[in-house]
Amino acid sequence: MEQSEQDVATSTQLPKSQVQATTSADAFDTGTHIFDVDKVSCYYSSFRAVTDVSLKIHENEITAFIGPYGCGKTTVLRTLNRMNDLIPGAHVEGDIRYRGASLYTKDVSPIAVRRRIGMVFQKPNPFPKSIYDNVAYGPRINGERNKAKLNEIVERSLRGAALWDEVKDRLKASGLGLSGGQAQRLCIARTLAVEPDVVLMDEPCSALDPIATGAIEDLMKEIKSRYTIVIVTHNMQQATRVSDRTAFYSVLRNEESDTRTGVLVEYGRTEQIFQDPQDPRTQAYVTGRMG
Amino acid sequence: MAVVAEQQQLDLREPKGWRRTSNRIVTWLMVLAFVVVVVPLGFVLVTTVVKGASIISWQFLTSSIPPNVAPADIGGMGPAIVGTIEITALATIMAVPLGILGAIYLNEYGGKNWLAALIGFFSDVMTGVPSIIMGLFIFTIWVLHFGFSGFAGALALGCLMLPIVIRSTYEMLRLVPNALREGSYALGATKARVTMTVVLPAALGGIVSGAMLAVARAVGETAPLLFTILIVTTVNKNPFSGANTSLPSQIFVNANSPFVGAQARGWGAALTLIVIAFVLMVVARFITARFSRFSR
Repeated sequence: MEQSEQDVATSTQLPKSQVQATTSADAFDTGTHIFDVDKVSCYYSSFRAVTDVSLKIHENEITAFIGPYGCGKTTVLRTLNRMNDLIPGAHVEGDIRYRGASLYTKDVSPIAVRRRIGMVFQKPNPFPKSIYDNVAYGPRINGERNKAKLNEIVERSLRGAALWDEVKDRLKASGLGLSGGQAQRLCIARTLAVEPDVVLMDEPCSALDPIATGAIEDLMKEIKSRYTIVIVTHNMQQATRVSDRTAFYSVLRNEESDTRTGVLVEYGRTEQIFQDPQDPRTQAYVTGRMG
Repeated sequence: MAVVAEQQQLDLREPKGWRRTSNRIVTWLMVLAFVVVVVPLGFVLVTTVVKGASIISWQFLTSSIPPNVAPADIGGMGPAIVGTIEITALATIMAVPLGILGAIYLNEYGGKNWLAALIGFFSDVMTGVPSIIMGLFIFTIWVLHFGFSGFAGALALGCLMLPIVIRSTYEMLRLVPNALREGSYALGATKARVTMTVVLPAALGGIVSGAMLAVARAVGETAPLLFTILIVTTVNKNPFSGANTSLPSQIFVNANSPFVGAQARGWGAALTLIVIAFVLMVVARFITARFSRFSR
């Protein structure tokens, strides 16, 4: 089926205002841009999951991606460290620059990208290894063999993830024996152990109870002075609690061809998105009138 | 004083009727199936122990194989035990690593490409090839050129084991959750690292079980050895040259013999074979438990 070019949400069929995001002026203000996402469309085989997303992500800030299911927020997140490469048939159009360097040119190694841009997943996924080995995994695959150095990295990372006090006496126990919240903090510690520049979080709290969620949110605020964080969340309160900027994505349906695609609707400072949304769709979503 | 309201007694027992009946029928069918499976196994074990145990002694385990006419208390199965261990060990060394690597290719690297599909298909076909065909195959490509040897037998057994190892390992790798792979990739691991440090350890228990199934299958095979190792009566410590012998081959020969002594030695050989297979199983379980302390 030859329909990829003009099927879904191109401006010929839909009003331009629906495809182009409303971006408040101060979204482009001060600070270094870690990511410069420029007109990115993501495809799974011939299905266009996301259309024409452009946004800039700022250093040492927490940026939240919100929106309903199927709006492509996770897809965009996974393009930021090339995790989408692992899905057969996935490809990206447009350009993403990370600290000025394009992520999608031929000679870029996804391995090198992911060493700088870590990811925490929706479901805690500790390896079937000991707590210590889970955290030491990243440094080890990067060639760190020095025992003392590894001990230090493990302690620092576990402290950074606010888990040290709970597990310091059982570092040799299985990482699978931890509770959901602990396991997720272990995964965060594992990510911090390789000292990334950016931490991507894909709904890191959706499987956790409010107390564990609170612990992880505190943690995010604490570490953002050293890292740049991008978080996908379904929980709008969470976005208002932790994030500095918010990007609202939505699903655009094309009734004619019965297709749908995700678009970035509005991007700006979190207070502005929630208190003074410019786009009626954002307003409907953040006030709870639309799912 | 508060009046306690009269409450109707709830009946929480399983309701009578077809559902309960069918539940009982199926439960009993399962018990029956279990008995049907276990009874023959029990008979085989008991018979072998009863008829074989009395002949087993240090002398039986170490002496050369006497002529069939010799009475039961003369000679033993030493050469066959040595041969079985040599040949099975060689076959395992060849087939298990190759099979595991093949399965890794199929599941981790091949994906949906045509080569992986082709290999997977032919590996499954190979599972169904009769063992005697494997023996004849090795006979034509190896024995005709280099002569009979334990190594030729190991080649034939290896061919039998290979598809079993590939299939069982492949299924185990498929069970490793993708979330683990992604977690490793997200730390900047290469594909090889992900496979070596996360996927294989997570699947280790099942891989060892599959490999043991293959070994257990191979250790009891007679047909592939008929054309590849022949039969000898003295210990051949060199598996790479000269004819050899094995417990299954010896059981086959002795069971066909009309002499009481030879038949008794045959029972003894059968018991020895069962014990060897059993010991291998236990050792493998032990190793697996040791290595998969962190599995779910």
